[in-house]
Amino acid sequence: MKINNKFKLQIKSVPDNVAFARVTAAAFASQLDFTLNELEEIKVALSEAVTNSIVHGYENNDNNYIELAVSLTEAGMEMCVEDNGKGIEDISQAMEPAYSTDPERMGLGFVFMQSFMDNFKVESEKNKGVKVVMFKKVSSVDGKPEH
Amino acid sequence: MQWKISVEENILVVRLAGELDLGSADTLRTEMDDALDSSQLRHIILNLADVTYIDSTGLGVMLGRYKKVSKYGGKMALVNPQPQVKKILELSGLTSIIEEYSDESEAFAQIG
Ligand SMILES: Nc1ncnc2c1ncn2[C@@H]1O[C@H](COP(=O)(O)OP(=O)(O)O)[C@@H](O)[C@H]1O
Ligand SMILES: [Mg+2]
Repeated sequence: MKINNKFKLQIKSVPDNVAFARVTAAAFASQLDFTLNELEEIKVALSEAVTNSIVHGYENNDNNYIELAVSLTEAGMEMCVEDNGKGIEDISQAMEPAYSTDPERMGLGFVFMQSFMDNFKVESEKNKGVKVVMFKKVSSVDGKPEH
Repeated sequence: MQWKISVEENILVVRLAGELDLGSADTLRTEMDDALDSSQLRHIILNLADVTYIDSTGLGVMLGRYKKVSKYGGKMALVNPQPQVKKILELSGLTSIIEEYSDESEAFAQIG
């Protein structure tokens, strides 16, 4: 599908950038006809991915970078979040609901990303970082009257 | 995110406003734990009425404090979450563990 608009950002792995990333992506998303509810879901999914890169990938070391690439097509929005952190050895285990390597966390990040997005993919290898790619469909595209 | 922590009728009352995510989770966790550890308080009321955003990091802070007080027979109540916050709470299963009330006075009546 043709990409109509795109932005790329490199953000430092600091906690305040979770909000920065989601607000930026939501502002960009408003170029499409997403509902308010869909925008909320986009914000949570992206925040979960960026949070994971900071707390797991870089183990809260704030001297690293996360790459965010967001593109718009007629059908919806794709968000790609990539870090160069410690990576995930067993992806299917990491995606299990309630699985977390940190006792203070819920193990729900991947659950939220999967349930709020229409397509979702994780690529990783140990010590090679993590790349999360997710796609949100604009629901209002179907059934929209021609004009 | 801003919050006010106070003690009322022997309950730790935390009134939150804004977006609860990784940017505020550590400080909130520490302040709540300090308040609990330095007192005999067993119950917590978390007023969520002015919280506009939450994700799994924020839920983790709540669940962690809930576990802490329930170890000593304490209770925790959530007050008046906005729809988008309520949806996240429900999806996580947290609302089946932690009681939710539509206003503070009801929470005080049930917990105190
Ligand atoms: N970017 C990442 N780098 C390294 N490990 C990750 C990354 N993202 C997720 N993980 C691993 O997957 C687990 C599950 O992630 P998630 O579902 O978001 O739960 P949580 O963040 O609450 O632990 C994490 O506990 C961590 O071990
Ligand atoms: Mg996570």
